[in-house]
Amino acid sequence: MTGKTLTRADLAEAVYREVGLSRQDSATLVESVLDLMADTLAGGETVKLSSFGSFALREKNGRMGRNPKTGEEVPIDPRRVLVFKPSQVLKDRIDEALAK
Amino acid sequence: MIKSELIAKLAEANPHLFQRDVERVVNTVLEEITQALENGDRVELRGFGAFSVRNRPPRLGRNPRTGESVEVKEKHVPFFKTGKELRERVDGKK
Repeated sequence: MTGKTLTRADLAEAVYREVGLSRQDSATLVESVLDLMADTLAGGETVKLSSFGSFALREKNGRMGRNPKTGEEVPIDPRRVLVFKPSQVLKDRIDEALAK
Repeated sequence: MIKSELIAKLAEANPHLFQRDVERVVNTVLEEITQALENGDRVELRGFGAFSVRNRPPRLGRNPRTGESVEVKEKHVPFFKTGKELRERVDGKK
């Protein structure tokens, strides 16, 4: 466990290295991948990526919440949230890699 | 939308690239995220979300059929937290 955080720049670098596109194209394409996924989800459609996982939308009912600091009751409106369900392949790879 | 549709759409928007290369871009992005998580690292994509690994400590479970106690080993599971911008977009408030 190295405790690193990867960003878009690291993904672009990997694309540059693995696919051999220009650095500019690599960075643009990484952004396009994320944009297209985000646009699809914002349009209410699920995104399923085999052997990685699926991003789906879930409708949450409204409920009464509580401000944990003041104890005050505050209504929480019904809302739509994004959930990521990792595939079995991804879960297995991570669990096996980190098991000791 | 499934992966092949994502690739097809991206290829359409990037006519100067081979579809084969677009496919490799998508697979490289997913593979890079997976490898980072295998190393226990985080992947933070501002506006989109962050992938991390959560640790589930070992616990004593129970076989629901027999009621027998079983030891459940420690587990590492991938976790995604939606970024602020995307969270607001899917909720349609923005």
